[in-house]
Amino acid sequence: MKVLVAVKRVVDYNVKVRVKADNSGVDLANVKMSMNPFCEIAVEEAVRLKEKGVATEIVVVSIGPTTAQEQLRTALALGADRAILVESAEELTSLAVAKLLKAVVDTEQPQLVILGKQAIDSDNNQTGQMLAALTGYGQGTFASKVEVSGDSVAVTREIDGGAQTVSLKLPAIVTTDLRLNEPRYASLPNIMKAKKKPLETLTPDALGVSTASTNKTVKVEAPAARSAGIKVKSVAELVEKLKNEAKVI
Amino acid sequence: MTIFVIAEHDNKVLAPATLNTVAAAAKIGGDIHVLVAGQGAGAVAEAAAKIAGVSKVLNADNAAYAHQLPENVAPLVAELGAGYSHILAAATSNGKNILPRVAAQLDVDQISEIISVESADTFKRPIYAGNAIATVQSNASVKVITVRATGFDPVAAEGGSAAVEAVSAAHDAGTSSFVGEELAKSDRPELTAAKIVVSGGRGMQNGDNFKHLYALADKLGAAVGASRAAVDAGFVPNDMQVGQTGKIVAPQLYIAVGISGAIQHLAGMKDSKVIVAINKDEEAPIFQVADYGLVADLFEAVPELEKLV
Repeated sequence: MKVLVAVKRVVDYNVKVRVKADNSGVDLANVKMSMNPFCEIAVEEAVRLKEKGVATEIVVVSIGPTTAQEQLRTALALGADRAILVESAEELTSLAVAKLLKAVVDTEQPQLVILGKQAIDSDNNQTGQMLAALTGYGQGTFASKVEVSGDSVAVTREIDGGAQTVSLKLPAIVTTDLRLNEPRYASLPNIMKAKKKPLETLTPDALGVSTASTNKTVKVEAPAARSAGIKVKSVAELVEKLKNEAKVI
Repeated sequence: MTIFVIAEHDNKVLAPATLNTVAAAAKIGGDIHVLVAGQGAGAVAEAAAKIAGVSKVLNADNAAYAHQLPENVAPLVAELGAGYSHILAAATSNGKNILPRVAAQLDVDQISEIISVESADTFKRPIYAGNAIATVQSNASVKVITVRATGFDPVAAEGGSAAVEAVSAAHDAGTSSFVGEELAKSDRPELTAAKIVVSGGRGMQNGDNFKHLYALADKLGAAVGASRAAVDAGFVPNDMQVGQTGKIVAPQLYIAVGISGAIQHLAGMKDSKVIVAINKDEEAPIFQVADYGLVADLFEAVPELEKLV
């Protein structure tokens, strides 16, 4: 079966971002960019499904600027077969991305679409669910285990009180949680080979998708800073402060 | 303006996060209707009717909604919610699972995890693991929003007397089915609702050592949390994880033990009123957000702390 994996280029998770002085957004100039950590887990899961003989082809897709090709090449080096970039210079909302992915799903007809549960920049946690709504497929969000058998997939999901398992008819949408797997690193020979794998570029216009949004970001601010605390010398002093100064115990 | 709030429940008990979501709805202003979608959840509907400020409760009782599978619940919410000005749900695993599906069906963008209401169409939400706060305005006909519970003080669970109305609409997409679930059992307060949280990190060294934290937590009536490092190392189950990818807490007192204070962890707890850090590394980033820091070996400090409180 064919597996489609969506990946996003985001600011590297180790970078502490700064808000721009004019409050228009965060400063991403000269900041290290990487593949969103949850997307890495999605690629890894697809590659494992291929290694198990469940998946026959892995198509990786990204929606974003030209530079998102780097993240697609990374995915190809990790084991994806070919890549599609839907090029868009502007920042798109989850719904716009879901609509573009729907157009790609319509042409590619994958049996399984794997996405990360959320991107660490917008922290939205929406795209997978929205794609599931637009395609009418079942959704297995926050997956910690994925087992394909016949024409269905059993997904164990991380929920607030523990874990839940659902069975979905294929085709289906799965979004990855942290504990689904441990992503591998790309080896140098595979990075070289990935340069020769096909990468197709499309545009929202070519796909006939409107990316208009009902949301507008008015401003972006730095969070309120916490006032500096103090270091106490002993446990007794700590207890005394908590009881008499902070009055929380 | 009428606001549609999706109740969070397990068919037996109304979850406290619903009260925070109603509080956000009250800030927006207007009539508040609550939807209870489930199976045999009559007691939940009755509890929802008593919430202060709620004027109507819709009870959709159907086997298809028993486990709140989004494939079945989202069409119900989209159908019932289309006439409302706002649809709100708590940013719990259920809310996050269902609501984006509703938004896409209504063809509107969703606003995730709001922490404040600026006006009926403008909201604040954290982005980049809480390192920036975005003010977002929506011109959608129906504003679809998830609410971060720690951003709003809960409304009173008693005092209302809303009418409960049965909803007959049944949606069964037939694309998904519930197989089973495994819930972690705990006698301590729920992590996201606890007034005091004691959390352990990689510094705990193993799962057995968490007994020191459990002892301290029991004395304080606290919940026990963990950092991602402690969860990934297998010390404790993942539903104890506090952070960007786990639970967001904002208790009165947060005690971080053996936690360095990575960005992803801070995103889950830095709105706590008082933060205490116990760590033997005085350079640990956690001390930059801690109100009270103690540089000490946790294996000596925690038992001593337990004795003194």
